[in-house]
Amino acid sequence: MTITDTTTPAAGATSRRLTTAKAMVDAIAQEMERDPSVVYLGEDVGAYGGIFSSTTGLLDRFGPDRVLDTPISETAFIGLGIGAAVEGMRPIVELMFADFMGVCLDQIYNHMAKIHFESGGNVTVPMVLTTAVGGGYSDGAQHSQCLWGTFAHLPGMKVVVPSNPADAKGLMTAAIRDDNPVVYMFHKGVMGLPWMAKNPRATAAVPDGEHVVPIGKAAVAREGSDVTVVTVSLSVHHALDVAEKLAGEDISVEVLDLRSLVPLDREAILASVAKTGRLVVVDEDYLSFGMSGEVVATVTDHDPTMLKAPVQRVAAPDVPIPYSHVLEYAVLPRPERIEAAVRQAVTG
Amino acid sequence: MTTETESPGSVRADSGQQHLDGATRVGLYETMVLCRTFEEAILREYHADKGPGFDIGKGLIPGEMHLSAGQEPVAAGVCAHLTTDDALTATHRPHHLAIAHGMGLRAMAAEIFGRETGLGRGRGGHMHLFDPATHFSCSGIVAEGYPPALGQAFAFKRQGTDRIAVAVAGEGASNSGAFHESINLAAMWTLPVVFVVEDNDWAISVPRDAATAVKSNATRAVAYDIPGERIEGNDVEATWAAAKRAVARARAGEGPSLIEVHTLRLWGHFEGDAQGYRPELAEVPSYDPIPRYEQILRAAGLLDDDAVARAAATAKEKVEDAVDFAKNSPLPDPASATSYVFA
Repeated sequence: MTITDTTTPAAGATSRRLTTAKAMVDAIAQEMERDPSVVYLGEDVGAYGGIFSSTTGLLDRFGPDRVLDTPISETAFIGLGIGAAVEGMRPIVELMFADFMGVCLDQIYNHMAKIHFESGGNVTVPMVLTTAVGGGYSDGAQHSQCLWGTFAHLPGMKVVVPSNPADAKGLMTAAIRDDNPVVYMFHKGVMGLPWMAKNPRATAAVPDGEHVVPIGKAAVAREGSDVTVVTVSLSVHHALDVAEKLAGEDISVEVLDLRSLVPLDREAILASVAKTGRLVVVDEDYLSFGMSGEVVATVTDHDPTMLKAPVQRVAAPDVPIPYSHVLEYAVLPRPERIEAAVRQAVTG
Repeated sequence: MTTETESPGSVRADSGQQHLDGATRVGLYETMVLCRTFEEAILREYHADKGPGFDIGKGLIPGEMHLSAGQEPVAAGVCAHLTTDDALTATHRPHHLAIAHGMGLRAMAAEIFGRETGLGRGRGGHMHLFDPATHFSCSGIVAEGYPPALGQAFAFKRQGTDRIAVAVAGEGASNSGAFHESINLAAMWTLPVVFVVEDNDWAISVPRDAATAVKSNATRAVAYDIPGERIEGNDVEATWAAAKRAVARARAGEGPSLIEVHTLRLWGHFEGDAQGYRPELAEVPSYDPIPRYEQILRAAGLLDDDAVARAAATAKEKVEDAVDFAKNSPLPDPASATSYVFA
């Protein structure tokens, strides 16, 4: 593994510049150090270090009893995580791609997410389900989906979607310590992988030591006054790039990074839209019946008169993610589409 | 087992390999009677207020009801070797296993009646019984109770205990991916699991012969290089003997085993099932394992009229107490319907 790990600390602060992947591993290692009941299991998480570097170095540090390569049996090993969590462990279980949920969804939504409820609160399932999401590198329709809207639609699991290294660490720490099942969805495009195009912000300062980001609190990634862009994950970076560009034209864009879909920080959405009166939602997941609609409904349920202009939604337009690069980029929420939507929102 | 003293009425079950003493045999009988008595009470209460006609959503016990009459030999034979520290995951037809494993009847009945005093405060229902005190759980999804049992066994093993997990599924489940994935993983990681298949011949209306390519799921155990046994004749003592071997192997850290018991679904798949698909329907009651076992124990001098009456009375008292408790318990507050989604 050749993850970039520049160790130039910010002046006077105890932090290091890490990739998102490295920050995620940092949190897992700290929690494994702190709590012997934390284990990590999944496909290729041992010697390989996770296909998307989610576990690099953990096997060497904690050994094969705590970092376990599984057979390609997602139903069995996710179920194993559930049973272990019920008996007091805090397993982290990796589903290599969120797209693979189809082979094991029953354990996820009928068991992991429902046992606490069905037991009337008597049984807890403190596990983390990590999974890679997102496209942009021509991996085709079965390896490029985000699907966070699908997970978020099904009650009983928190859904965390970090966009940057510091949040990746802080949200992972919070997820491991949470007494609920938490689905931790990391976009391949923010991990800082050396073999994939990445945004420069995929490497950034990460606090040393214990770092917890509470699940359910959105972050204002950039303050602005003319229009609010609500988004998550890789799209946060695209939105920030667009905001930077439009600042030169005196268009002030506020970028709100939700950081989790469940719980959804509705107050943060309302606070920002109350300020700007204009809303763009950017979602790499499918357009219909998903996150973008939920964000809009959050505003219109509260007070539709907050909006000075029609809402713009930039999402995957209800087609499978195409393979060919030009087709894929035509459906992904690329910066060009986001910029056009922002312009429409401020002039409309 | 050759050093054990063979008391009056004892037998060597399972071709003489396992010694089964008289008290244990009577215990198996009493467990089966308790399970059956509970199911008969639920049957009575379930149908008491479904009319006019039959409305599945009506009455004090609404919804689907899968009763386990006829399958008591599996529960009694397997659970005799477990303590409440061992985990048990069961199916949509879970009552006999829950009772044999030692679940409190009051909280169980209250859950079936959808009451606030139930195991799940009325959120679960009869297919979703979760009892931390006995590490019991069940799933309404066929075969999907197997995978969580792996994790319970995984946790017990890492905690350095000799606790085990028993995972029960029906024969219809043995053709699903969860079944095979689970057995392979348990074998790979030498997990202390006993896999049990209750073969009651029917996956709802589809007979085993029309769905399952192998005559015995012990064959499938071979495929995963673990011990497998099939018990014919719904035989509680042979089940007990097979479970004794499998449980001992799991406790000793030697890994999983599979036991398939050819059992009997005495009643329908669920209440309201007219079973028109079942050709030998009229003969089914004659296969009831409880009167049959009672005759065996009478012949062995272990049961007489008084003992049988006592077992029935004791079971009835416990069950009716649980049913009364349930019926007199408060319903959940509708305002709390959204509680317990998150801890």
